[in-house]
Amino acid sequence: MIWYIARRIIYLIPTLLIISVIAFAVIQLPPGDFLASLISKAEETVDQAQVDALRERYGLDEPIYVQYWKWISGIITRGDFGDSFEWNRPVSDLIWERLGLTMVISLFTLAFVWIVAIPIGIYSAVKKYTIGDYLVTIIGFIGLAIPNFLLALVLMYIAFRYFGQSVGGLFSPEYIEADWSLERALDLLSHLWLPVIILGTAGTAALIRVMRANLLDELSKLYVDAARARGLSELKLLFKYPVRVALNPLVSAMAWVFPALVSGSAITSIVLNLQTTGPLLYRSLQAQDMYLAGSLILLVSVLTIIGTLISDILLAWIDPRIQLQ
Amino acid sequence: MNSATTRRPADDHAEAAAETRIVVANQWQLIWWKFRKHRLAMFAGLVTLLLYAVALFAEFIAPYAAGTYSATHTFLPPQNIQLFQQTDAGWRFYPHVYGHKVQVDPESFKRTYVVDEEITYPVGLFVRGEEYELWGLFTLDLHLIGAAQYGDPVHLIGTDRLGRDVLSRAIYGTRVSMSVGLVGVGLSLVLGIILGGISGYYGGLIDNLIQRVIEILRSLPTIPLWMGLSAAIPLTWPPVRVYFAITVLLSLIGWTALAREVRGRFLSLKTEDFVIAARLDGVRELQIILRHMVPSMTSHIIASVTLAIPGMILAETALSFLGIGLRPPVVSWGVLLQEAQNVRSIATAPWLLFPGLAVVVSVLAMNFLGDGLRDAADPYQT
Repeated sequence: MIWYIARRIIYLIPTLLIISVIAFAVIQLPPGDFLASLISKAEETVDQAQVDALRERYGLDEPIYVQYWKWISGIITRGDFGDSFEWNRPVSDLIWERLGLTMVISLFTLAFVWIVAIPIGIYSAVKKYTIGDYLVTIIGFIGLAIPNFLLALVLMYIAFRYFGQSVGGLFSPEYIEADWSLERALDLLSHLWLPVIILGTAGTAALIRVMRANLLDELSKLYVDAARARGLSELKLLFKYPVRVALNPLVSAMAWVFPALVSGSAITSIVLNLQTTGPLLYRSLQAQDMYLAGSLILLVSVLTIIGTLISDILLAWIDPRIQLQ
Repeated sequence: MNSATTRRPADDHAEAAAETRIVVANQWQLIWWKFRKHRLAMFAGLVTLLLYAVALFAEFIAPYAAGTYSATHTFLPPQNIQLFQQTDAGWRFYPHVYGHKVQVDPESFKRTYVVDEEITYPVGLFVRGEEYELWGLFTLDLHLIGAAQYGDPVHLIGTDRLGRDVLSRAIYGTRVSMSVGLVGVGLSLVLGIILGGISGYYGGLIDNLIQRVIEILRSLPTIPLWMGLSAAIPLTWPPVRVYFAITVLLSLIGWTALAREVRGRFLSLKTEDFVIAARLDGVRELQIILRHMVPSMTSHIIASVTLAIPGMILAETALSFLGIGLRPPVVSWGVLLQEAQNVRSIATAPWLLFPGLAVVVSVLAMNFLGDGLRDAADPYQT
C-alpha cells in the first residue's frame, strides 16, 4: 500500500509540472506586457525605479523560461504567487479563504451526491423497469442536460417569485467581512444548501446511472441466486455483497466527478455570487490581472489533482487488486 | 411433435426468409434494425434532425430577423395564440394573439403591459414578412409563422430589452449553438483518431506517453481553463474568427474521450484474425488501419461523437453566458442567456430563459440518440 501511494505521488510530479506550465502559458497569452497595463492604470506617474524593481523581480526582460522559473520557484520556496495588479496586494492574501470555501462547497456537494445517488441507484436497480425506475432515469437525464448556471437562475427565480427572498451569496451581510466564529460557520451552513443542490444535480444523475448499471451486473450473478436459494432475506442478500461490490466503480467515479464539481462551481458561483475562486478568476481574467488568474488556475488544478489522488488511494484501499496493476 | 404438425408451410417459409434476410444483411442494415427498436432513441433522433433543420432554415422559420428591434415593445410578455374567436354568429376559426396596452405607474414610472382583448392580431402560417436571403442565394419574404399582416407586433415568446423577438433570436441561435458542437467534435475527432490510433496501434512507450497526457488533461478543471484561454482571445477579432477560436479551445480538451474510445477499439481489433491475415499478406500499415480496422469501428465512433456533442454545446453556452465565449452580434443560445444573467432581469422577464429550454432539449435529444446508437453500434452482440 505504501509503495502504491509512493508511486502515485511520483506520478504526480510531472503532472503538476505540466499544469504549472499551462497556468503560466495562460498568464503569457494576452498581448502586451502586464506592467504596461499597471502603468497605464496608475493614477499618478509611477516611479521609474519602482517599475524597474518590478521588472527585475519578475524578470520581464528575460526569456520566457527564466520568467517561468522565477514565478514557480517563488511559489515553491517562498509561497509567493506574485502581486495582483487590480487589488495591489499579494495574490496569496486574496486566495486562501476563497480556495477554502471552494473546498468546503465541493466536499459538501460530493457528500450530497453520494448520499442521494447511492440509495436511489440501488432502488432503481432493484426495481428495474418499474415506474419508479423510469421516473428516476428521466429525472437523471434531465439533471444531466441542464447546465448548472441555468438551474441556478431558475431556482433563484423561483425563490424570488414565490418566496420573495433573494438567495445567493454564502453569508448573510453581517458576516461577510467578519472573522471566523461559530456563528459565521453556522451562517455559512445555512446558505450552503442551494449551491450544493445546484452543483450536485449533474453528478448525482451520473452516479445514479453508474450505481444502477453496476448493481444490475452484480445482481445477475450466480452467487446472488445461490444466496437467495439458501433463504437469505432480500435486504441482507442485497447489502451483504452486491452493493459492496457495486460501490467500487463509484469510488473511481469520484475521480472525474471531483474535477467536474470544481469546474462547474466556477460558473455557478458567478451566478449565485459566492465568495469562491470562480468569480475572482472571472474578474481577474477580465481585468487582465494575470498573476492572480494564473495562480488561481494553478491552485484549482492542483486541488482537483489532489482530489483525484485521494480517490485513487481510496479505491486501492477498498479493492487491493488495483495495487497490483 | 404436435406443434410441428400444426404449423403451416407458409410460416416456415416466412421464417426462413427472415433468417436469410438477417444473414445477408450488411452491418449497417443490422445496426439500423437494432436502432429502430429503440423508441426513445428514434424519437430523440427525430428531434435532433428537426433542430438541425431549424438551424438550416432559420431565416424561413423565424418570424423576424435576429436584429429586428422595436423601441415601443421592449420586454413584451409572451402572447398566447388563441385559435378561435367568439363573434355574434358563434365561434369561428381565427388564430390570433391579443394586443397590449401600456400602463405607466404614476409613482415609479414603471411600464407594465396589460392584455387588451379588444385588439387582435391575426397569426398565420407561411406569411409574408421581412425580406431575407436564404444561404445568400435566394431573396424571399416567406416566413413559416408570424403576423398575418406585415407589421403587427406578434411575439409568441415575448421580446427582450431592445424589443427583439426572443423566439426568432433563439431560432437563429440554433445555427451557431448546434454547429459549434459539430465543428468542435469534428476537430476533436481528428485529434482523437490520430492520437488514439497511434496509442492503440503501436502501444509501448508512445502509448504510455499519450495515456499520461490524456490523464493530465482529464484531471484539469475544464471551465477555469477554458475561461483563461478564451480570455486571451483578442477583443478586436471578427466574430467568425472568435467562433473558430472557441471551437478549437473546446476540442483541445474534448478530444481525450474520443481518443480513449479509439484506442480501446484498436487494442481489441489488433488481435482479430482478419487484421493478422492482412498483415501476413504484407499489406501496408496505413492500409491495414484505413481499409480494415477503421470501417469496423465507425459505428462506435459515430456513437461516441453523438455523445460528445452535448458537452460542447453546454460548454459554449456556459462560456458565452459569462461573456468570454461568443459575443454579440453573433447569436447563440449562450449569448442570448447573457440577457438573463441576474435575478432582477429574470424577475422582470422570465421568458428570456427560453433559449435555456432549447439548450436542455437539444442536449437531452443528443444524449438519448447517442445512447441508442451506442447500444446499436455492435449488432453482432446479443
